[in-house]
Amino acid sequence: MSLLILIAFLIVGGLIALFSERINEQLPRWVSLAITILALGYIWLFCRQLPIESFSVIPNPTDGSSWLIHLRLEWIPRFGIAFELAMDGLSLLLVVLTLLLGIIAISSSWVEIKFKPGLFQANVLWSLAGVIGVFLAMDLFLFFLFWEVMLIPMYLLIAIWGHEDKAYAAMKFFIFTQFSGLLMLLSIVTIAWQAAIINGSYSFSYFDLLGVPFDSSLAFWMMLGFFIAFTVKLPSFPFHTWLPDAHTQAPTAGSVLLAGILLKTGAYGLLRFCIPLFPEASMEFAPIAMALGAAGVIYGAVLAFAQTDFKRLVAYSSVSHMGFVLLGLYAWNNLALQGAVMQMVAHGVSTAALFMMAGALQHRLHTRDMNQMGGLWHNAPRMGACAMFFAVASLGLPGLGNFVAEFLVLVGLFAVQPWFAVIATLGLIGAAVYSLWMIQKTFQGEPNNELVMADFGVREMGTMAAMMIALIWLGLYPQPVLDLAQPVLDSLRVFLVASPQLGGVS
Amino acid sequence: MNLLWLIPMFPLLSAVLLIVTAGRLPKQLVAILGAGSVGAAAVCVALLANDFFADGQIRELTLWTWIALDNFTPGISFYVDGLTVVMMSVITGVGFLIHLYSLEFMADDESFSRYFAYMNLFVAAMLLLVMADNLLLLYLGWEGVGVCSYLLVGFWYRDPNNGKAARKAFVVTRVGDVAMALGLFLLFTELGTLDIQPLMAAANNQWQVGDTLPILATALLLGGAVGKSAQLPLQTWLPDAMAGPTPVSALIHAATMVTAGVYLIARTHELFLLAPPTMMAVAWVGLLTLLLAAFAALAQNDIKRILAYSTISQIGYMFLAMGVGAFSAGIFHLMTHAFFKALLFLAAGAIIHCLHHEHDILRMGGLRKRLPVVFASFLIGSAALAALPFTSGFYSKDAILLSAWLTADIGPILWLGGLLGALLTAIYSFRLVFIVFFGHANTEPDRQPGLKMSIPLILLCVLAAIGGWINIPLTEVFASPPSDHSLIAHSVEYIGIATPLLGLLIAYLLFLSRAMSIAKLTESTAGQAIQGFLRSGWRFDALYHYTLVWPFVGIARLCKNEPVDQIYNAIVCTLKWFHRRLIIVQNGELRWYATTMVFGIVIFVAMILRHSL
Repeated sequence: MSLLILIAFLIVGGLIALFSERINEQLPRWVSLAITILALGYIWLFCRQLPIESFSVIPNPTDGSSWLIHLRLEWIPRFGIAFELAMDGLSLLLVVLTLLLGIIAISSSWVEIKFKPGLFQANVLWSLAGVIGVFLAMDLFLFFLFWEVMLIPMYLLIAIWGHEDKAYAAMKFFIFTQFSGLLMLLSIVTIAWQAAIINGSYSFSYFDLLGVPFDSSLAFWMMLGFFIAFTVKLPSFPFHTWLPDAHTQAPTAGSVLLAGILLKTGAYGLLRFCIPLFPEASMEFAPIAMALGAAGVIYGAVLAFAQTDFKRLVAYSSVSHMGFVLLGLYAWNNLALQGAVMQMVAHGVSTAALFMMAGALQHRLHTRDMNQMGGLWHNAPRMGACAMFFAVASLGLPGLGNFVAEFLVLVGLFAVQPWFAVIATLGLIGAAVYSLWMIQKTFQGEPNNELVMADFGVREMGTMAAMMIALIWLGLYPQPVLDLAQPVLDSLRVFLVASPQLGGVS
Repeated sequence: MNLLWLIPMFPLLSAVLLIVTAGRLPKQLVAILGAGSVGAAAVCVALLANDFFADGQIRELTLWTWIALDNFTPGISFYVDGLTVVMMSVITGVGFLIHLYSLEFMADDESFSRYFAYMNLFVAAMLLLVMADNLLLLYLGWEGVGVCSYLLVGFWYRDPNNGKAARKAFVVTRVGDVAMALGLFLLFTELGTLDIQPLMAAANNQWQVGDTLPILATALLLGGAVGKSAQLPLQTWLPDAMAGPTPVSALIHAATMVTAGVYLIARTHELFLLAPPTMMAVAWVGLLTLLLAAFAALAQNDIKRILAYSTISQIGYMFLAMGVGAFSAGIFHLMTHAFFKALLFLAAGAIIHCLHHEHDILRMGGLRKRLPVVFASFLIGSAALAALPFTSGFYSKDAILLSAWLTADIGPILWLGGLLGALLTAIYSFRLVFIVFFGHANTEPDRQPGLKMSIPLILLCVLAAIGGWINIPLTEVFASPPSDHSLIAHSVEYIGIATPLLGLLIAYLLFLSRAMSIAKLTESTAGQAIQGFLRSGWRFDALYHYTLVWPFVGIARLCKNEPVDQIYNAIVCTLKWFHRRLIIVQNGELRWYATTMVFGIVIFVAMILRHSL
């Protein structure tokens, strides 16, 4: 029941935030912050009462009761649709990340939102609820429902509180996700129908559908439906074009949520559903997926360098970084998968920080154009130091989380597809080029006397410091995160072992 | 109790403190933290070295396991043998002197605290690099020093040129780092570990001398080494890196970081010994770089650029030594080079400091009497650099040349090349001394270096002069016995001793007594062209600009507006086109609706009829 309470809490919290605006304009952000922290505390309490060994037990992917927690309520029994939520180490990790970045998002737009703050905070909380639902839903029908639910508040965040081109960006975001989501719906229905032919009864439950021997030619198309939906979200080259627009136009909190967690739902979907449900089809498809990943790494890095808009640059760097996730997932050995999971967490933090930086700059300077910045270090050394930190994190400096992620992906990938590893490693040069270029254009150079701005205050500095500590921790002692994800990855890897292209070392 | 971890901890802690307090500490405290932390580390290293000389024990320490996944278990762990002790002594010893010097050199800088934060961070990263017991931790230090180098080269961030030099330094070395990372992937995939000692053992077990895999792996590691050590073809970043404060150049771009490539090869020498073709490549890279950079140094007029090219050239000697298997000699030269090149850079810094930031040697002159301490430093430093007899540089360079001579087949060629380099070294170093310190004065110094600058200079003078007699404990590290130089004909040794003296003589005739003149040559058109060619570092920058930078920027500009979006826009356009066509049909005219309806019915009926017939 805890999981249902968690999601319901966030949804109701959104309503409270919405109506609290009538009491006081300042109240919604406090409500929203309190709700998120309480939700986090709730998870912490829940985890504390679990025996410590349960985190290292390998969950049985076809039996929900072996997971940390499992909830199944019948919903539409005629079609085997149930309200089924379950959590294992991987989903726990992502749910915690979601709530933490939720706090960051709320903090990052603390003073930015003047128009209808209640509705804004409600949308933030509802999109958190949708994302958490995606990470927990184990019934494919319910999964699709949450997949769509998380889309709407984000659409509203962009369309209402976005910048100059918000209508276009929001529409583009919506159509890309919606269209690819429909492909996934087709796949989901086909899966249930095919499984019913084989098993004799309808079920949309993940636990029933795993390991069903689908007809191989049909499996390929079903896999493709999932793949496109998830890689649009990830986003992978060449489905990424909605992202720079959406990121650039979204309000800071929207960018933080979008980059920090919404993108991770795509990676999560691939890891949880797409590959385990269709192992053979995925295996055949792996070289293409990896080629897309490698192309994304390079293409994202080159285009990031070409940008003059701070937020667009960071958006393209996300495309590049998510390429590593795609590579890691389809390399499918332990190191690469752990790297991909690590990248979800580390990129979530580092990019959230960079978007917060972008928001802070825009709030102060009323522009995102880097050609109009320069020499900002002089006035705002604290902002400069933060920007420098997250820039070197994003270029993969060892000792910070992103390096651990990228190194694990690449070392795992090298054992499977050395040439893709070579191409992706070249992306590290590109990362250095665009990250340092960004710092040069904004904080270095001759100070412009017309651009006088306030440095970070306590709230912003505190938020930034928390993210820095998180990245250093992930970079120097990532083991807790690795240990949390390990049993889950072990359980998923059994669906696809010792295959020529996806086996690899270890 | 094993206190190894204290050594990198001191500077790291100080760096963190200085960063967190962000310049709010009083200057006095910053000075104590900044220089004191490195001094404390130096004291610890001295104690460690003392113990090490007594028992010769290898010391290991694991702080924690960094990552543990299957058999991928790199730790935050240290491995200290003779080689490490030598490197740590150089880093903390020379590093401390440079920090001390910086106290005065940077005293008036508004970012005094930021400077020491970066410098301390650098020392910590460099210590991690040499102390690491696995290649992943080594890579952490490797990239860490790279970032510190970037931060310090671009320290005076207001001038965009400094930022450009800093980015160039980072990106060019990153090209090498990518090769090195690939080498790490290959080594782990093939041998299943990145811990250096087990890795060497596994390589010796699984691979034969001359196998493809060790050649490939060492070639990739070599890529990293040439990037970091500014060797061909990635040497272009170092002369520009002189944009940073001069003590930075002394510490990072002379004494420590740029020699990391040499250290990497020495550390993994067992692997390199399995790959004779790579060893050959190392020797050739070293030889070509040392000649190319020595020629370039001859044509420079900026005092720091002369020293920068000289550094590239001297590291070329170290690579030559590595390539011919004379690892001890290479590390020995690394150490003596750290002494005399740090000395030269600090002395150059003193000149720049006292001469209103003047860099051009042609506008100096006659400083012998005006800056006596600096003159003495330069004299000793240049003598050691030119390898005049009984200076520290003489012993190390001599050992390298003799080892080169003994190499099979191409030994005499390598030796002759190295000798030519030594001749050029003597010429350019004394050209610098004669032009700057003799002749008539062009610029008057407005101050004298104080105690904090003089003491490091004097101590480094002593080291540069007698450092050649330090006995470094490397015999255990490099198992292969050092080549026996007693077999070499005495004539070879005599030529080696005489060459630098000949160079000194040439420099004297050209630049001091002016008995010989090359004015005619340098003023001719061809002479000018050659000078320009050499001054630009053989036009490597232009080459890379047109073959790499320009196409990259061009492609980026071309793609800036997202070509992939054209596909989606095309879909949208197609839909809109149909939309407009269909919209015509709905025009609200009854006549038109009736006509189309009749047409529709006719077609419908026709189809039914056709079907039923």
